Order: sequence, then C-alpha cells, then structure tokens
Amino acid sequence: METQTQNAVTWHIACHVNDIPEDGGGCALIDGKQIAIFNFARRGEWYATDNQCPHRQQMAVSRGMIGSHEGEPKVACPFHKKTFSLQSGQCLNDDSYKINTFPVMVKENLVYIGI
Amino acid sequence: MNTISNTHIVVIGNGMVGYKFCEKLLAKKKSDQQITLTLFGEEPRVAYDRVHLSEYFAGKTADDLTLATPDWYADNGIRLFLSDPVVDIDREEKLVRSHHGHIVYYDYLIMATGSGAFVPSIPGVEKDGVFVYRTIEDLELIQSYARKAKKGAVLGGGLLGLEAAKALLDLGLQEAHVVEFASRLMPRQIDEAGSRILQNQLESLGLQIHLAKSTQEIVGGDCIEGMQFNDNSLLDVDMLVISAGIRPRDELAKIAGLETHPRGGIVVNNQLQTSDPSIFAIGECALAHHMIYGLIAPGYEMAEVVATLLLGGEKEFMPFDMSTKLKLIGTDVASFGDPFIEEPACKTIRYENKAKGVYKRINVSQDGKTLLGGILVGDAEQYNMLLQTCKSKTILPPDSEDLILGSRGGEEAGAGVMGFPDDALICSCEAVTKGMICHEVSEKGNHTMDALKKSCKAGTGCGGCVPMVKDIISGVMKQNGIYVRNVVCEHFDYSRQELLDLVKMNGAKTYGAVLNEFGKGDGCEVCKPLVASLLASLWNENILQKDRAMIQDSNDRYLANIQKGGTYSVVPRIPGGEITPEKLIIIGQVAQQYNLYTKITGGQRIDLFGAHLNDLPDIWEQLIDAGFESGHAYGKSLRTVKSCVGSTWCRFGVQDSVTFAIEVEDRYKGLRSPHKLKSAVSGCVRECAEAQSKDFGIIATEKGWNLYVCGNGGSKPQHAQLLATDVDKETCLKLIDRFLMFYIKTADPLTRTATWLNKMEGGMSYLKAVVVDDVLGIAEELEYDMQKLIDVYQCEWKEVVQNPELRKRFSHFVNAPVKDPSIAFETMRDQKRAKEWA
Repeated sequence: METQTQNAVTWHIACHVNDIPEDGGGCALIDGKQIAIFNFARRGEWYATDNQCPHRQQMAVSRGMIGSHEGEPKVACPFHKKTFSLQSGQCLNDDSYKINTFPVMVKENLVYIGI
Repeated sequence: MNTISNTHIVVIGNGMVGYKFCEKLLAKKKSDQQITLTLFGEEPRVAYDRVHLSEYFAGKTADDLTLATPDWYADNGIRLFLSDPVVDIDREEKLVRSHHGHIVYYDYLIMATGSGAFVPSIPGVEKDGVFVYRTIEDLELIQSYARKAKKGAVLGGGLLGLEAAKALLDLGLQEAHVVEFASRLMPRQIDEAGSRILQNQLESLGLQIHLAKSTQEIVGGDCIEGMQFNDNSLLDVDMLVISAGIRPRDELAKIAGLETHPRGGIVVNNQLQTSDPSIFAIGECALAHHMIYGLIAPGYEMAEVVATLLLGGEKEFMPFDMSTKLKLIGTDVASFGDPFIEEPACKTIRYENKAKGVYKRINVSQDGKTLLGGILVGDAEQYNMLLQTCKSKTILPPDSEDLILGSRGGEEAGAGVMGFPDDALICSCEAVTKGMICHEVSEKGNHTMDALKKSCKAGTGCGGCVPMVKDIISGVMKQNGIYVRNVVCEHFDYSRQELLDLVKMNGAKTYGAVLNEFGKGDGCEVCKPLVASLLASLWNENILQKDRAMIQDSNDRYLANIQKGGTYSVVPRIPGGEITPEKLIIIGQVAQQYNLYTKITGGQRIDLFGAHLNDLPDIWEQLIDAGFESGHAYGKSLRTVKSCVGSTWCRFGVQDSVTFAIEVEDRYKGLRSPHKLKSAVSGCVRECAEAQSKDFGIIATEKGWNLYVCGNGGSKPQHAQLLATDVDKETCLKLIDRFLMFYIKTADPLTRTATWLNKMEGGMSYLKAVVVDDVLGIAEELEYDMQKLIDVYQCEWKEVVQNPELRKRFSHFVNAPVKDPSIAFETMRDQKRAKEWA
C-alpha cells in the first residue's frame, strides 16, 4: 500500500525536524493547504493529516494531543476531543468523521509530505 | 336497594383519608365487581392536602391543595354530598341520614370523620381573635383577622402549633409567639436537647418561644388582648391560634352506639372494624392498637387495608411505625424507632453542635448490636439509613457513633446499606426492597440510576432513597468484581492518588519518566493532562519546559483559552478585583492595538478575546511590562479571589476584605489542582462577594474571619460549609493551606471540591477532623508542601516572554510567519465576535 501511495504523490518540503516538537505536532502551509505534522518520537514515527477537524471545521488538529489506543496511534482535537487514528484518519469516537492522512518522509533533517 | 351484584359503600368524611379510600377502592376494583360509592363531607370543598395547609399562607391557593377536582368524583361515579354531614346512622336498617335529609342505604359504612382541634377549657376562649387551625375556612378567618393584628400567639408547641406559628410569620405579624405547656417543643417527637436546638433555630427566625407556661385566662373585652399565665405573667397579644392537640371526631359513632374510648376514638380491631362488623373506621377518628395515629401515612395504610378487605382480599392493620421526618420552618426534624428510651434500657449516643444548629441522638441496644431509635434535628440526611438500620435490626459496627458522625479515618463504618437484609425497604414510595435492587443490578445488568428507575421504579417517588440506591448499585458491582478501581486510563493502572504518591516518592519531573516508570504504551489525552497536573501540583515548575508542553491540554499548552474559531483569550491577574486607572488604560490600549473583544468576567477581571496565537507573546510582553501577571484563566488552577469593597469604603464592612483577598490570591496564584479553584472574601455578613459559593470562601466577623469550604457552581450548585469560625488571618491561611493540599492529594481528576467532599467517607466532620484537628497527623506535611509550591512560584507568561525557544512555539505555521488565514470574525455591538460554527 505504501508503495502505491508513494507512487501517486508529489513530495513537498514542509519544515526542519526541530520545528515539530517531540511527541507533539505543528502545522505547515503547503500549496495553500494546512497540514498537521506529528513527531511521534516515543514510537520513532512521523504522521501527517488534515489540520482541519471535520466536526466544527476548526484549524486545530496540529495543536491536539497525540497518544495511542490499544497500540493504534491517534490525535485528539483540542476543541471537543474527537480523536482520529493517525494511520487511517478514521475518527475513533464518532464513526461519521474522517480526516485525510498523508505520507511523511524524513531525509537529512528535513520533513517531506507527500500530497 | 341491596342486590347481590352491587355493593353499596357509604363513606362519611371527605378528608385526606376518606378520599384516599375511594381512590384505592376504585384502583383495586376488578371489572366484574360492582360498587356504588357515596361520600358525605362536612366541609364545603372537596378533600385537600391538610398536611401542607400552612403553604396556603406561603402563596398556595385552595385549588393547589386540592387532592382531586370535583370532576374526578363525578367521572368515577361517586355520589358526593358537600356541606352535608351525616347526623344519624340507623344500624338496624343499615342507612344514614344527612343534615340535609338525604337517606342512603349501605352494605358497608366507612367512618373517616377525622379529628377536630382540641380546645382546652380556658376562660375567654370564646373571644374574637381566638382561632383553631384545622381547615381552609379556619385559615381564611385567620388571614382576614391578621390584617389588623400586630402580635399573634400560638397555643401549643407541637408539630401543628409550629406550622401555625410559621403561618403567623408568613402573614407578616410583628410578633409571633409560641406558648407551650410542656418544658420543650414537639414533646411527642424530640427530647429536651433536640428541642433546645430547634428552639434556637426558630428564635433566630423571629419566633418568640415560651415554655412550661400554663394559660389561666384569655383576657380582653370582646376581643382578645392578652394571655394570663398561672405564674402571674401576662403576654400582650391581639390574636391567638389554638393548636393544642387533636380530638377524634367520634360523636356520631357514640350516638350510633358504637364502642368508643373514654378519651376519644372509635375502637376498631385489626381489620379496622368497629363493634358493628358492617362499619369500619379509618384515619384520625379510629383508635387502633390502643392509639390514635395522627399522621397521614398510617391513615393511608388504613384506607388500603379496608379497600382490600371490601374487595375480598386479606389484610390487617399492623402497629404502624411513627417515625417521621419533616422540615419545620427550614429546619429538619426527624425521629424514628423509640426516640425516648433511656439508659439503662439502652446506650444513648448524642452529638450536639449549637453553632450549626445540629443535634443527633441514637439509642443503641445494651449489647451494642442493634439500633433502637433516635432523633435528628438540623441535619436529617442520615434519616433513611438510620430508619432502615433500626427497622431491619441490622447488626451495628463496633463504633456505632459512626452512624451519626461518619467514619473518622480508618476503616469505613460497616453498617452501610450493603449490610441491610434483602427485605429491607429502600424505596418506600414504590415498595422496592434492597433484594429487588440487587437483583436488577446483578442479574438484569441495570447499572445506572436511570436504568433502575425504568426497570423497577425505585427512586421515582420522593427521590429520598436515591443516594441509598446508588450505594447499592456500586456495592453490588464491587461484589461482582465489575467495578475494579478508578484507574487513570489504559496506560496507567493506578488511581490519581496512587500515581501522585508514586511520582512524589520517585521524584520524576517529566511525562516520559512517569510513563516509563509507572505506565505502558504511548499515553493519551486522558493521562497526559492528568500527569501534567500532578507534576505541577508537586513541583510547580514551568509547565511548558522539558517534555511538558506536549502533555498539556490545549489551553495550558498555549497559556490561553482556545475559543471558537481558533483564537485565544487573554486574562491578566487582577488580585481581589482591585486595579489602578493606569493599569486599566494599559489593558484598553493593548485591546485596541490587537483588536480584541473585551468583557468583564464573573471573577472580577477583564477578558480579552480574539487574539491570534502568533500575537500572544507580544500581547503578554506589554502586559508584563505594565506589571501584570498571568491570570491562569486557562488552567485547572486557582483562578480568582473575588472581594467586596470591605471596611475601607463600605459603611457596613467590619474587616478589610480587599486586602485579605489580595493576600490570599497572591499566596495561591498559579496553584494547579484537580479542578479549577475559585475563592472570595466578604467584608461582612451581607456576603456581597458570595464567598459561600466558592471552593473556599472567607467572611469577615467582628472577631476575625469565618472560613467556608467546598462550595461551587458547576452544573449542580452547592453552598460551601463552615470549616472554622472567628479565626485570625494567619490561622485562616494555615487552614486553607491544609485544605487545598489535602484536596490536591486525594481528589479524583476533574473533581470539584464540592463533589470531592460529597464522595468523602464521613463528609464534613471527617474533613474538619483532618484539616482542623489534624487527626491524621499530616497537617505539618500539608503546610510544608504548600509552602514549597508558593516559594517557587514564577509567572509562567513572564518565563515564556523571556525565553526565545518557548516563544517560538506560539506560531500557527511552522514554515511561514503568517497568522492562520482561515480565522474570521463578525461584528456585534461595536466589537468583534467569533464567526459562528460552520
């Protein structure tokens, strides 16, 4: 699956790795689009999603707290605590919401997002 | 008229019990049972709620008190004769004749003639201005006479007498007196000590109480002018309500030749049959088990028994428990079992708190194993529990005083609701036993109060049993191992309190260290802010340093409250609500410069809304340069200490509340806790700062300060309770130190102080024992831990403004120095507001 996705995307430089705090997130502006990027240092993983929460259309997912639910990495929107899987983008406490996820690549201390 | 298929029943008396009999009979009647019901009433109106008669003066109308409308009688085929008392019973012919000449035959006759006021034969009782207190007509007379009266008295200090005295107060008389022959109030329900407490409470409300007074004569001309007592004293009054007891209405029974008691009452057997088997007597006119039952509950039970019997069922009237709980002019009064039994027949435990107006007495069997009875005045919260413990003869814990005082440390009192037998009646309105509730919880899976209300109706009547039902739910779940422990989340298998102790011992200061040492997995939005709060409460280091920024809830993470639309609000600290004109101007200038919406908060501060994340450090830099500090409006922490203006300006103030409020706010600013904390200081008893609605509140007295704790708003408002009286400032702060630290250490996450107290075994008396009397010996440690936090306080916004690394995080984009372009505002009343949710 990863290969497929990578084939279809264009890689954009988002930021330096130090711009995203460890075990936290930040928002990058890419092609006029707001992308939330997460540095899940505890797991050694990077994730990227929409910055907009589909519940109330707030640009705040990057300010959410990350964690895991039975091993699945997730982020909680700071507004009303909707939590989303960082892998699938599926909302874990309300089936009707989903956010887009994007592949992340880290090369020479730079963070790339595939769109 | 008598046919086999149709039974003729005549009821004499349309009072509460007579009405209830008709209601029950109709409800129980099967469709093939034919009954003709005839009801005679002496009063001009249909049955009404005589128990709440005094509410007539508090604004209720006669209609409000009516039990069922005249239509109800007609719709149910009841022939109703009002203002038409039965004057003769012909037992040979089985017929009754009414005042207006109606003649009705009966198969069964029910006498529910009730009782009248007992009027002692004192010279002068016939004078104008002397009333009895029994019917709505009596009340109307009293009401109209009271318009020209100034001083009123009630003869009789029993239950009804005190109700009547309340009525006099409600009618606005300048003086209201209660005159009682016995040496105490409510002599049938409570003892001397309980009566003294009740008397204090009533006197504080303006009633004047005269005990051990024997009235010799009612003096005056045509109208009453005073009461002459046999100790030669005289009380000037211009109206008098006699409420000296009741007299069963048995005169008709006497004429009919039924057996009556020399001191009043129609004698009945266990089936409530009179000496004529076709005639029954129920309610206050009946003498059952050698007594008159002057309460409504046994009256209704009598109606139930006779209705059952007449429809072919079987039932007996058993000696009825006379335990009662009522609210008299705002004061709880309850007695149960045998309230008066004395040593050596029992062991008596008494608790008395004059300051709070509370008296509790329990009588325990000589062997200490069972509860025989007791009295509660001022606080009858434990009434249901005690009544059940008494009725079901539950074996008591070794320290039976815990029943009224609550457990004070150590093991919890053993005689909780789970100690009751299965047949103990928990919900008396719907007759639900403990066994039924246990069955619902463990077999049917009804684990919530709502589910139980649906499945077995428990708690749907008066609601008084709800706390007990909840205890049974959690008790059963504990027994079944369903409810294990209140652990934090999947990542930490500890309660908040356990985790706090572990982190304190371990000295961990980062989330990573805590998770590695005591948890598993990667954490989540539940445990991260919880650990953040623990770390702040333990060490008070800047919450954004080390790995802590990312575990803060979003408000704490940016030291500002996130608002609709994604902007933030700014609240500088204004201790005690005191601010100079210069500082006000600065706030205005900052608001203008950054185009912020401004509003005064409920806590005497100014909130600036609509700030972009990127602007927050600049805004705060200006505010800090002008001498402001963070107001911590974003944290689960101390918010504000509100104050009234106090003795420096106010002509009523007795102490300088503003100065004290500033001292208190400066002492605890930045303190993080399981939930947000608010406080207030009032300069006098008028309480303009509303301190009793705060987590801790202080009210000035002539001698010092009174300290109240555990009140707050939240979704279910609760008043704070008195912890200490007339203490000096130093003692007051010491007690607050201990109280807050004890709360921080033991409360569940996101639990307000009021909820924390409500859940605490032993409640306020236990909290007082810990905080004031130091029964756990931890006071010094609590004070030390608090002082440590106070000593290291730093304004966290100042630290951020001065630290380029931290400051860098206040940016919407990591790759562009622009503000969030999606943010939009609307205009309202010359300011901006957040755009409505899309």
